[in-house]
Amino acid sequence: MFKKALIAATVLLAAPALADTPESLMQGYAEQARTTSTSYAGPSVATGQRLFHQQPRDWSCATCHTDQPTASGRHAVTGKVIAPLAPAANAERFRDAAKVEKWFKRNCNDTLGRPCTPAEKADVIAFLLAATTGT
Amino acid sequence: MRMFSGIRRIDLIVWSLAALFLAHAAMAAVPPTPSATATVYAEECGACHTAYPARLLPPADWAAVLATLDRHFGVDASLDATTRAAVASQLGVGTSVASTSTTKTVPRITQQGWFREEHDEISAQLFRSPAVRSGANCGACHAGADRGQFDEHSVRIPR
Repeated sequence: MFKKALIAATVLLAAPALADTPESLMQGYAEQARTTSTSYAGPSVATGQRLFHQQPRDWSCATCHTDQPTASGRHAVTGKVIAPLAPAANAERFRDAAKVEKWFKRNCNDTLGRPCTPAEKADVIAFLLAATTGT
Repeated sequence: MRMFSGIRRIDLIVWSLAALFLAHAAMAAVPPTPSATATVYAEECGACHTAYPARLLPPADWAAVLATLDRHFGVDASLDATTRAAVASQLGVGTSVASTSTTKTVPRITQQGWFREEHDEISAQLFRSPAVRSGANCGACHAGADRGQFDEHSVRIPR
């Protein structure tokens, strides 16, 4: 009985952990990328950093989010302050898959003029996860 | 044997509690109730700009704005249908938002007659200054803008 109760208690305690994390979302995108390319090497911090600064049109990610993902940004048009993107500086980031998809859809269109691939999304999250407040 | 059935009953209770807990957690993902729409509007629209009070535009203009969110003043502000319906109801538009807009240009609060009148002493230069940037940035001068407060006496123009 104790063993079973212990398992049940673990399920109860683990339930909140079912929520998304930056790492789980990054892995999810990486898995999607793997299904389309067998040679996919996994999320890349360097590629994510390049993407973050890529500006084929009017804006890059950094235009609003600044060069420092751990810093607060400002909306290029409205001037509204944007809380830091890097999880190290803002624990609320990348905690909700639907919210993350909503913003990737919008902001990839705004910056690159096209949707991002799952590999690109994984790379950007990898770059943001690598950004620490100490640097 | 009697002990065995006792254990099973306890198991059943523990697992039922676990199932109830998980079901409750899953319920958090259901679409927002009407009472939650106020925060939906503030959260969705207020993420990029002041959560402009519904009274600042007529319902037909809000409908036109909501029908063109994918090209919203130069940016993609698209929402899923459920969220957009919640925002529409908050703005007094009703839940059936036209999927295509009949208007050629998206209405702007800053182009409303009353807005121009209220701000006729404010220069275009000040609106473009680094501290303000745009007429969309109500909070630059109206500290209570996010709470829908635009009282003239509380205006502080940044210099």
